[in-house]
Amino acid sequence: MNQEPIAVFPLDETNNSKKPITHLTAVTVRLVGDSGDGMQLMGSQLTNTSALAGNDIATFPDFPAEIRAPRGTRAGVSGFQLQFSSEEIFTPGDGLDALIAMNPAALITNIADLNDGGILIVNSDSFEDKDLKLAKLKTNPLVDGTVDRFRLIEVPMTKLTRNAVQDLGISTKVADRCRNFFGMGLLFWLYGRDISPTTRFIEAKFRSKPDIAEANRRVLMAGWNYGETTEHFASTYQVRPAKLPPGQYRNIMGNQALAWGLMTAAMLSDKSLFLSTYPITPASDVLHELSHFKNFGIRTMQAEDEISAICSTIGAAFGGSMAVTTSSGPGISLKSEGANLAMMLELPLLIVDIQRAGPSTGMPTKTEQSDLNQVMFGRNGESPLPVCAASSPGDCFNVAIEAWRIATQFMTPVIILSDAYVANGAEPWLIPKTAELPRIEIRHPGPISAGEVFLPYERDSRLARPWAIPGTTGLMHRIGGLEKEDRTGNVSYDPLNHQHMVQTRAQKVANVANVIAPLEVDGPETGRLLVLSWGGTLGACRTAVQQCRAEGCAIAHVHLRWINPFPKNLGEIVQNYDHIVIPELNTGQLRMLIRAKYLVDAQGLNKVQGKPFTVTELKAKFKTYF
Amino acid sequence: MSTILPLLTANDFASDQEVRWCPGCGDYSILKQMQKVMPTLGVPLENVVFVSGIGCSSRFPYYMNTYGIHSIHGRAPAVATGLKSTRPDLTVFVITGDGDALSIGGNHFLHVIRRNLDINIVLFNNRIYGLTKGQYSPTSSEGHVTKSTPRGSIDHPLNPISVALAAEATFVARSIDFNTKHLEQTLQRAAAHKGTSFVEVYQNCNVFNDGAWEYATDKSVKDDNVIELVHGQPLIYGKNHDKGIRLKGLVPETVKLDGDISAEDLVCHDETMEEPHYAFMLSRMRWPKMPEPIGVFRNVLRSTYNDDINNQVADAIAEQGTGDLDALFHSGDTWEVH
Repeated sequence: MNQEPIAVFPLDETNNSKKPITHLTAVTVRLVGDSGDGMQLMGSQLTNTSALAGNDIATFPDFPAEIRAPRGTRAGVSGFQLQFSSEEIFTPGDGLDALIAMNPAALITNIADLNDGGILIVNSDSFEDKDLKLAKLKTNPLVDGTVDRFRLIEVPMTKLTRNAVQDLGISTKVADRCRNFFGMGLLFWLYGRDISPTTRFIEAKFRSKPDIAEANRRVLMAGWNYGETTEHFASTYQVRPAKLPPGQYRNIMGNQALAWGLMTAAMLSDKSLFLSTYPITPASDVLHELSHFKNFGIRTMQAEDEISAICSTIGAAFGGSMAVTTSSGPGISLKSEGANLAMMLELPLLIVDIQRAGPSTGMPTKTEQSDLNQVMFGRNGESPLPVCAASSPGDCFNVAIEAWRIATQFMTPVIILSDAYVANGAEPWLIPKTAELPRIEIRHPGPISAGEVFLPYERDSRLARPWAIPGTTGLMHRIGGLEKEDRTGNVSYDPLNHQHMVQTRAQKVANVANVIAPLEVDGPETGRLLVLSWGGTLGACRTAVQQCRAEGCAIAHVHLRWINPFPKNLGEIVQNYDHIVIPELNTGQLRMLIRAKYLVDAQGLNKVQGKPFTVTELKAKFKTYF
Repeated sequence: MSTILPLLTANDFASDQEVRWCPGCGDYSILKQMQKVMPTLGVPLENVVFVSGIGCSSRFPYYMNTYGIHSIHGRAPAVATGLKSTRPDLTVFVITGDGDALSIGGNHFLHVIRRNLDINIVLFNNRIYGLTKGQYSPTSSEGHVTKSTPRGSIDHPLNPISVALAAEATFVARSIDFNTKHLEQTLQRAAAHKGTSFVEVYQNCNVFNDGAWEYATDKSVKDDNVIELVHGQPLIYGKNHDKGIRLKGLVPETVKLDGDISAEDLVCHDETMEEPHYAFMLSRMRWPKMPEPIGVFRNVLRSTYNDDINNQVADAIAEQGTGDLDALFHSGDTWEVH
């Protein structure tokens, strides 16, 4: 092994390698290490610089719930997967072209996903006996045949990192924390990435700690230089920019897009945004994001619990604000009673469920689509609510706006489903021009004079009731969870009135189908197989369907944004194919709804492993129909 | 209290809904005093919101000709927090009961108080679950025999005033449904307070727990069992104003005012003490060992949640300028695709 310190020299401005370039269409890389190793940071920097290079990107951060799980153990492995491509892509990739493993536990838990002949970069300093023991390995995978099928590149990252910063007078402990920047530098070199966005990031992040900034910068460059100067790599790999629709782009993550969508919806409807929420993985980032934008007139409240979060949302909605609460499955179950009250009050507000693997606490950082039944049916009595789902990180922006439009047009809470995969994933986002977005018109009834009668439960053509807000003269009224008399809203136990009100509330939600977009079928309008998907599985399903079609299969795909109500043309579409497959990251929740509503023999492809679908497994299932 | 002549009357605050509490219920008195107090606040009908949870007391908003939300069990403080934070211009009352506030809603009760949201909480304490027909409540005494405790309650009761003070309530008071004048004055003072005002009202449930507060309401004994707190005045009580409260070390004791002990030896009531320990001590005075205080225990000022949440927004706008979404979207690293 190379024990010599690697020279640290300033890179030229272009930081171009002198080595030959091999061009690739797409690359899938996974970075794995201890949860404290900075894998997420390394991943997000590689994502950012790849996006800036014009590639289409899709990411999949995958980490344990523990902040600092026991070092070196399999349970503590944190990963970040990224696909960057010169073509349009919809998933973070299946098989890996390169795997960077910082320790044996990380290697052994991820090696199965590395393609034959794929690049395996390891921190060889972390494969001592004690490291193997922590990973519960009897033999060293670097020598026992485990990695024979791959291009193993052993890099003594710990030593090289220490060497790079040795004259800075920082402790070994601090120096070791820079190791991820070594890996980053090496990857940036390998894939011809511009390091300057990351050096800018280092400068900004460690502004108050110049010695740490300098250490990280040096280690980053040492990693780059290591690739350039050693004989491990004969060439670098380049992925050319993707042909995306023209416009200005940025990289965006799901929860960030959701927060920005909420802010935009507030602006489009001339409302001030109120978010009340309780911290929960993987939803907390929406609170973090919005709490930084108070100068947009946003009020954020960290409530004492999930119940308070939704109830304060109800209070704010009654007062006339755009009120939102965010959570994940366990929190949504606590909000059920409040959501039901909001349904009964017929107030517009948004309830966001960023799903994670359940049941109960389940696997908090892992993804799943298993809250659909909960948001559809998890309330007492007849309690229909509109439910929509985001299909990708960038789509969270659109869904937030559309959900608020529906909530205000129909005077109802609306449930937005996202999931850990969508929330934490990133993709290029075509930046919209806010002036070109359609406005959301809201009309509050104005004051009336003495003698005039206000009817808080009188309905318009959509069956929505008026949103009368306190402070309006003459419109004083009382609302509550007790059944209301039609039109007046007074408490009523009248049997026929109750039936009428239950049916009216249901019909109102059904009427949402009149204003949402009809489904567009991707593929033949009739044929052998229809793939029906919803939420975060869009990318994998679309890719798998397109690949099957390219291989000659008559296969069609529709993807649902609205699950309640279903789009009007879904009933017709499902009758046009010999078979229907519904892939879901649950045990068949949408399938149950589809079978119940349309009496079709839909089949499931159901995965509950805390992981998204791979294109490979979807294709394998679809192909069985041909 | 107001120098503006009230334009509204108590009747203006009564809604057109038939009041449906049991005949003889203490709630009627509280409703009446509230309707009397409202016009004196100088707030128009449309700027008042009554929020409640579940229980007999929580039907209250239906009977007020203001805006109102009859929400879900225990959650009225949370509903009020969202409303008042976003609409600080409104005058907000929370009507609750001993079960609603201290059992199912205990968490929200604590948190709304510690946040010092500028609302008024009125807790109707009848020491029983009335609407569900007679189970013991978190303020029922140990040993209390009810439908759900045939061998007597084994739960140690919560003291609402102590709980409110533990959460550092800035205004804490107690009154009694039968003592209409005192109740009216107390509600008026609570409404005038900026910050969370908390008023416990001893309320008689004549169906399921009749006489629970008899010691404090029966004319023949009440003056010996209740002590009225008056700011700046010594703690004197008794039919003949001949008994008082003196401190023995850190412990209050009852003394008879005779030649040896005069008013100057007694505790002088100070509702404005910054720390709540004195008010807490008063809250621990329970009949029959001690007379029970009514009136204002604590009345101090501290910043309110609704002011703070809105000031942060105003400060951010002043410092950063009004947010521009397009600028935000283009901040950081972006790239052009042609």
